[in-house]
Amino acid sequence: MRKILFLSFIASLSLLGTTHPAQADSASAVVGEVQPLTTGEDVYRHVCQGCHMPDGKGATGAGAQFPAFAGNAKLKSSAYPVYVIMNGYGGMPWFSGMLKDDQIANVVNYIRTHFDNHYTDAITPADVAAQRPATPPQEQ
Amino acid sequence: MTNAHPRKAPTRRQLLTRIGTIAGSAALYQAMTSMGHAQGTDFTSPPVLSGAKRGTRVLVLGAGLAGMLAAYELRKAGYHVQVLEFQNRAGGRNISLRGGDTVTELGGAIQKVGFASGNYINPGPWRIPYHHQGLLHYCREFGVELEPFVELNHNSWLHSSRAFDGKPVRYREFASDFHGFTAELLGKAINQHKLDDMVSADEHDHVMTAMRQWGSLDANLNYTKGTISSETRGYAKALGGGINGAPTPSEPFARKDIMRSGLWTWLAFHERLDMQTTMFQPVGGMDMIGKGFNRQVKDLITLNCKVTSIQQDDKGVRVTYNDMAHAGAVREAQADYCICTIPLPVLSQLDVQVSAPLKAAIMAVPYASSVKLGLEFRRRFWEEDDQIYGGISFTDQPISQISYPSHGYFSRGPAVLLGGYMFGPAAYDFAGMSPQERIEHALAQGEVFHKQYRKEFSNGVSFAWSRVPWTMGCCSMWSEQARKTHYKALCTMDNRVVLAGEHASYVGCWQEGAILSALDAVTQLHKRAQGAS
Repeated sequence: MRKILFLSFIASLSLLGTTHPAQADSASAVVGEVQPLTTGEDVYRHVCQGCHMPDGKGATGAGAQFPAFAGNAKLKSSAYPVYVIMNGYGGMPWFSGMLKDDQIANVVNYIRTHFDNHYTDAITPADVAAQRPATPPQEQ
Repeated sequence: MTNAHPRKAPTRRQLLTRIGTIAGSAALYQAMTSMGHAQGTDFTSPPVLSGAKRGTRVLVLGAGLAGMLAAYELRKAGYHVQVLEFQNRAGGRNISLRGGDTVTELGGAIQKVGFASGNYINPGPWRIPYHHQGLLHYCREFGVELEPFVELNHNSWLHSSRAFDGKPVRYREFASDFHGFTAELLGKAINQHKLDDMVSADEHDHVMTAMRQWGSLDANLNYTKGTISSETRGYAKALGGGINGAPTPSEPFARKDIMRSGLWTWLAFHERLDMQTTMFQPVGGMDMIGKGFNRQVKDLITLNCKVTSIQQDDKGVRVTYNDMAHAGAVREAQADYCICTIPLPVLSQLDVQVSAPLKAAIMAVPYASSVKLGLEFRRRFWEEDDQIYGGISFTDQPISQISYPSHGYFSRGPAVLLGGYMFGPAAYDFAGMSPQERIEHALAQGEVFHKQYRKEFSNGVSFAWSRVPWTMGCCSMWSEQARKTHYKALCTMDNRVVLAGEHASYVGCWQEGAILSALDAVTQLHKRAQGAS
C-alpha cells in the first residue's frame, strides 16, 4: 500500500540512480558519481581489482582466496564468468544490477584476453543478456 | 466546508495540482518516517541457561563480539569453553586504529598509522542506535563508557555536483527550504480544494495549521524571505547586541533548485530508525567494546589460529587449525559442540562438515565491499572556521561523506575526521586503489566542503574491507531470495555446529546483529546439549 501511495516519491528517487536500499550502517542511500566504465579495462580497474588485484593474481586470506585469473581453467567457457558476475559466488556479490550487458561482456572479454589468457571467442552483450537471471538478486 | 483562507485565483493551476500531489506525498513520507514507531531490536534480557552438564565442551571459532559473547554466556552457564581466533588480537570487526598501528591488506600494501596520541578512527562500526539494547546491555555490564554520537548536524553541508552550481549548501538552509516549500505546496493545494477527495473538512484546518508551523509559512501560506523562515534556515546577518544588533533575514533558495537537487535524500536518511537520535559511541574508540568483552573471556582465547576444517559426528566436533604462532603447526581441537562465527567469505572456502542446506546457506551470502578513510588535520578547522561540531556532510562524490569527530570538541592540536565512507560502486573503486591514491582522492573530493583541507592535512589511513584477510568483505549482503531460501538453515544448529555473527541476523552489518545471533546460538546449543543423552 505504501509503495503505491508514494509511487511518485519513489519514482523521483530512482532518477538519482538509487539501485538498492542502503546498507544497514552505510550512508550510500544514493550511489554517487562513479568512474566511467566504458571498456573492459575500466570495469576491471574500478570494480574487479579491489579483490582480484591489478595483476589478476587474486589473493589469499585466512585460509580462503580471491581466485586468480591467470591459468584459471574455469575461464575456458565465457558463460562461467558471466554467470558468476551476474549472480555472485560465495563471498562475491552479484553485479547484475550494477553492470550492464555490454559492461559485463567487455570485462569478461578483457579477463579472457589478459593475465596470460588468450581466448579468442569474444562474447557480445546479446550473449550476456541471454544469461540474465529471471529474478535478479535484490538486496533486502 | 469551512475555509480559513480566502481562495485566490490559482496561477499555474495545473502545475500546482500536479506538484501539490507530489509534495503531499513527500510531506506525508517525512511525517510518517519521523513519527514512525521506534521499536528496538528484540533483545529483552540475557538468556538464562540453567542446568548445564558440567564439563560439556564448546569450541568457539572467532573472537569477535559474537564469539566472545557466546563464550561469556556459555562459561557463565557452566560449559567448558575454548575460543580460537585467527588474528593476533580479539575484537574482530570491532576495531579502532591509532598512531603506531599497522594496516596490512591483501595485495600487500602496508600502512603505518601516523595519528597523534589520543586520536583514532573506527574503520568498522562507529555508531550505536539507542535501540540496540543487546549491545548496550553488555556495554553496561562490561563497564564500557559511552558518549553521544552526533549523527545529524544542522550546520553540516550537503553537496551535489549537479545542484546549486556544484556548491555545498548548509543542511539547515536546505532542510528549512525543503520543508517550507513542501508545506507551502501542500497547504495551498488543500486551501485551493485540490485535495478535497483526500482531506476531509475536519482534517482541513489541522493540516493547514500543521503545514504552517512545520514549514515556517506566513499567514498566506507562503514560504518566503522573512523572520519566520529565517528562524529555521538562519539569518543573513545573525542576531546581535547593541546598536547594530538587528538581524537581516536570509533569502531561501529557489524551489525548483531545492526539489531537483536530490539532496532531500539525506533528510530522509537521518530519519531512518537506524540513524535516529540518540546514537552512541564508546569513549576512546569503538574497540573499547571489544576490549570490554575481551576482559571477560581473555583466558579462553587462543590467538593466531587459522582454522582449516570443521568435522563432526555423533560423538563430537573436531576442528583442525594452523598455529600461526608456531610456524603454522597443524593442530586439532575437540569439543562436544561448536559455535562458528567465521565470516562467510572465509567459511565458505573451508572444509566444513555440515548438512547440505547449511552448506548452501553458507555459500549464498556475499559480503559487501566498504571503504573508510581516516584523515588527520593539524587543527579542527571545521569547528574553528565553520562551527561544525560532529555530524556528517554528505556529497554525491565517491567519498559519500565526511564525518566530524563527536568528541574532543574545542580542543587544540590535530584531530581525525572520517574522510570518506562508501559502499557499492565507489567502494569497489577505492578498494582497487593504492592507499596513497585513496588519500589523494579523498583530499580532492573533500576540498569541495573545506578549502583548508590541503593546508591542514597531516596524514591519513584507509581501510578497504574487501582487502582484509580475515573477513574478505565488510558484512553480509542478503538478497530477498537468499533470505527466503537460506536464512533459517544458516541460523539453525546443524547437529553439533551452530553459526553466529551479524550474518545470522536481520540486523546485518550492525554489532547488534552479532550480539543477538550469539544469544540465539547459545540458546540453541544449550537446548541441544540438554537434550543429549
